Amino acid sequence: MSVLLKGALLYGEEAVDVVIAEGRIAGLEPPGGASDGDLVVDARSLVLLPGLVDLHTHLREPGREDAETIQTGSAAAALGGFTAVHAMANTQPVADTAGVVEQVWRRGVDAGLCDVFPVGAVTVGLRGEQLAELGAMAESAARVRVFSDDGVCVNDAVLMRRALEYVKAFDGVIAQHAQEPRLTEGAQMNEGALSGVLGLRGWPSVAEEAIIARDVLLADHVDSRVHICHLSTRGSVEIVRWAKERGINVTAEVTPHHLVLTEEIARTYDPRYKVNPPLRTAADVEAVRRGLADGTIDAVATDHAPHPHEDKDCEWAAGAFGMLGLETALSVVIETMVDTGRLDWRGVADRMSVRPARIGRLDGHGRPLEVGEPANLVLVDPSARWTVDPARLASRSRNTPFVAREMHGRVVATFLAGRPTVLEGRLT
Amino acid sequence: MRHLLSAADLTRDEALLILDTAGELGKVTDRAVKKLPTLRGRTVVNLFFEDSTRTRISFEAAAKRLSADLITFSAKGSSVSKGESLKDTALTLEAMGADAVVVRHEASGAPHRLAHSGWIDCAVINAGDGTHEHPTQALLDAFTLRHHLSGGEGALDGRRVVIVGDVLHSRVARSNVLLLHALGASVTLVAPPTLMPVGVQTWPCEVSYDLDDALPGASAVMMLRVQRERMNAAYFPSTHEYSRRYGLDTRRASLLADDGIVLHPGPMNRGMEITADVADGQRSVIVEQVTNGVNVRMAVLYLILGARAEADLTEASQ
Repeated sequence: MSVLLKGALLYGEEAVDVVIAEGRIAGLEPPGGASDGDLVVDARSLVLLPGLVDLHTHLREPGREDAETIQTGSAAAALGGFTAVHAMANTQPVADTAGVVEQVWRRGVDAGLCDVFPVGAVTVGLRGEQLAELGAMAESAARVRVFSDDGVCVNDAVLMRRALEYVKAFDGVIAQHAQEPRLTEGAQMNEGALSGVLGLRGWPSVAEEAIIARDVLLADHVDSRVHICHLSTRGSVEIVRWAKERGINVTAEVTPHHLVLTEEIARTYDPRYKVNPPLRTAADVEAVRRGLADGTIDAVATDHAPHPHEDKDCEWAAGAFGMLGLETALSVVIETMVDTGRLDWRGVADRMSVRPARIGRLDGHGRPLEVGEPANLVLVDPSARWTVDPARLASRSRNTPFVAREMHGRVVATFLAGRPTVLEGRLT
Repeated sequence: MRHLLSAADLTRDEALLILDTAGELGKVTDRAVKKLPTLRGRTVVNLFFEDSTRTRISFEAAAKRLSADLITFSAKGSSVSKGESLKDTALTLEAMGADAVVVRHEASGAPHRLAHSGWIDCAVINAGDGTHEHPTQALLDAFTLRHHLSGGEGALDGRRVVIVGDVLHSRVARSNVLLLHALGASVTLVAPPTLMPVGVQTWPCEVSYDLDDALPGASAVMMLRVQRERMNAAYFPSTHEYSRRYGLDTRRASLLADDGIVLHPGPMNRGMEITADVADGQRSVIVEQVTNGVNVRMAVLYLILGARAEADLTEASQ
């Protein structure tokens, strides 16, 4: 099928007519210059970006289909403007073999709403004892390049070193969940004055920073590349900045919730706001925004973590860690980074598409908006405002931290390989 | 006052009202028939997810003396151990007609959740939540302090209270710092640095690591229970070293002001944070704290539930 996007603002800049045919961008013409297509979209005043790429989601399948499936998670992704998502390995069974990652990958293809790239576990069963068969996962149909025990830290320094070395054979990357386990036993929220007042066990910044410091040094030592998941503290930004200045091959991501929410919201004792790593202070929020703006932080990744209602409708300590993110991520970035003047639309494309695709070694995503490139695209209405109603999210779960919040900007259409997955803000 | 969740919810005037009311209601305790009709027909539920014989019995006695119907629900052997959630337990109890729920829970903030989640509509009284707060304990401590230091009237302005022990894990310390500060007392927390919460310097109190420095001239010292197991988590090297540095013995008790008193929320580890001589000594008001606990809890139930006429109270004071 052929598609014509009339008058789209390329990277929020000049207006063009975009012709899409055979899954690729077939033409970029001055407005009014292009002829008709099978589908014509009035894209005037809408911003055109490459389809978003998420390095970090939990789609819960296999094992916890009551919380999310690859189908519902893909739908949430498409509505959020994503054309590619990485699905973390902490499923049941764990994605630590070629068989499981191929299953996840195929279910993504079947759903057909965005490309689903499974992340392989670093260690068998995420137990941190023995390397999983990383090579088999890399060579499988799923073509795994990102490996992570996310949910738990690869804490053993020798195991981390070996993993970093081993993935060099197939240009893989270890995505580290940086959390020193002993310093965070039973931790419930950011450690600071507020945790002391609320009587909730603290999760200190140093537990994240100590692991990041160790791992950038290890990556340097073995000349491999390491990616830092959900970086959340000012100190972590400083360590990554230092490492990059030294030429160490490190990349980092920040979640939308760490860009906008602070620990203050824990005063409600509502586990909807319980997440790992925890929400931090206003100074940390400022530091991660600055880090994202100057490129120290490479990517925004959602850490989309669906949980059934009963796991959040309880006391804080009993609540599960994690929040939904796919359908609200771009709006949070618009509110915190674009509307504040910290990033332009090319910057958004870079942090939410180009760099995450490069980190994941994805060929068809994060490409420039040029003729001949794959038509993985998103159209955004930057001036739209909407309110989050958890009952209307495509995700099977409802644990968004943004209930009733007014969101900035809205995804109008998403195209996966030239085919619309979302039109007029709804699944096609 | 809709709920009592934190000592921080109480203004100085509200705290004084509770203490004054407790004083009036306490006169009932001295009568042969220890009963008022004030809360007749009201249902109070004691919802205890954590063992606490003293606090539970204290609330029971308070509710009974005010003629409330009382349901006691202890987690042991109950549906909670079969996996029933806090929410479902609360819904069940409200369906039985509870007007107030007195909740003790191991999770900090559980009473706050009960009061604000929209699950139930009744009044919630915090009887101790995790390492957060225990406001009625602070009220009974303040009542006891006031009785000895201010003739049972007014606030505690100018008095200095030293609180010693496992501040990090103590809900009693948190509530006492807030309440005693509101009542005008100055509080000094004393503990090894490992047992001080991060950010304690932002609390409305002084902080010291040296008990001998903090005690001289103080009006009162409150010793907190220190669990011996904390030693295994490296909070301190040994029980002996803890006792030597932070335990209250006769010599240290003598450093207090002449009329200085010794409190302990119980249960005590005799020989650990306090010697038997001091616990049973002249300055100790530890047993009195228990009596005052009933009076203070009567006052809290009365003020939260008993919007009924002042008449009952007047009757009590006659």
